[in-house]
Amino acid sequence: MEFKDYYATLGVERTATQDEIKRAYRKLARKYHPDVSKEPNAEARFKEVAEAHKALSDPERRAAYDDVSRRHERGQTFEPPPGWDSGYEFSGSGDGAAPDFSDFFESLFGRARAGARGQDSRHAAGGDHHAKVAIDLADSYRGARRTISLRVPVVDEQGRLGLQERELEINIPKGVREGQHLRLAGQGAPGRNGQPSGDLYLEIMLRPDPHFRVDGRDVYVDLPIAPWEAALGATVTARTPDGSVQLTIPSGSPPGRKLRLKGKGLPGTEPGDLYAVLGIALPPSNTPAAKDAYAAMARAFPSYDPRSKLEA
Amino acid sequence: MMTNSDSRVADGIVVEEQIEFALADLCRACAADREQVVALVREGVLEPVGRAPEEWRFSGPSLKRTRTALRLAQDLELSLAGAALVLDLLDELETLRSRLLRAGVR
Repeated sequence: MEFKDYYATLGVERTATQDEIKRAYRKLARKYHPDVSKEPNAEARFKEVAEAHKALSDPERRAAYDDVSRRHERGQTFEPPPGWDSGYEFSGSGDGAAPDFSDFFESLFGRARAGARGQDSRHAAGGDHHAKVAIDLADSYRGARRTISLRVPVVDEQGRLGLQERELEINIPKGVREGQHLRLAGQGAPGRNGQPSGDLYLEIMLRPDPHFRVDGRDVYVDLPIAPWEAALGATVTARTPDGSVQLTIPSGSPPGRKLRLKGKGLPGTEPGDLYAVLGIALPPSNTPAAKDAYAAMARAFPSYDPRSKLEA
Repeated sequence: MMTNSDSRVADGIVVEEQIEFALADLCRACAADREQVVALVREGVLEPVGRAPEEWRFSGPSLKRTRTALRLAQDLELSLAGAALVLDLLDELETLRSRLLRAGVR
């Protein structure tokens, strides 16, 4: 089991005061909170920071951790001290899922109890669970079948919360969008005493696509065209998430013009649109023939001044 | 082609498009107390139809909004008013990102 350096995670010295620890935590929590952060791996970083804070903010836990880390520095193993009570009560994260602490943390401080916020043991009906599933753009266009792994909290006879792996096969409906949730009835926590099970909510995350940008139901693709295609018009083949299409470029198309393919965005009762954003791609001017061609073009437009509007 | 003849495969309903929540349902879906959801309505974070709490009906997008507001309040130790402001700013950020995306800026 890997030793975790909680002081390093928070960026504080081992001699930090409780105030300094709290301040460091707050700054990092704001930075990495998954609801506000666009940093890569924000969720994983946030969990590390939260766990470090949980370990160091309580004086007893901090003392136990300092002891373990001193022994670790001396090259000794870090089993919890004998007789250490692993019966800590944690408040739950409030969304029905077990707090996600590392094995290292749990080996020192024990596991969460099922006294989690919002879970009343008198209510026998199962609570709702939440999870996320990442799909590709193609999955949304065509629909897909996906097998997901869930880590589900289970309560043992001593009332302690543990995690169990569970697999579930789900249908991803066509046209589902980033941030939407699928509700799977009865796939949440089992009910007790014959009470109904809770539901499972799956939040959809769309993986970034190398070719297409997605904005709600609409999809954008950059379409490079040659200068003569923009000036004279052309019929070109464009790639869409649903296969290739023939596109007519109107003559005199300026760079950045958007050509709308109605209904070729994400499917649905009201399908989105696909926009091809025109970009003028200049042929390279690295051969004598190419240079001559460009020079000829300059001579063909003797009075053309693209910067005329900029002059004072 | 996908048929649902296999009962082991679970089908979901898209919450944002097809589901409406009563107060008790929303509380359960978000593991929230009634008081928390009522407070979010008072702050203007949620806008259910209906006059009294027992008549309230929340739209599908309320699920994510509620969870985000409560998670922010809890994790970042914000008041609900602070969390409400963060949600408004996040909405504005989303609008701006959309505009950048449509304009082709990366």
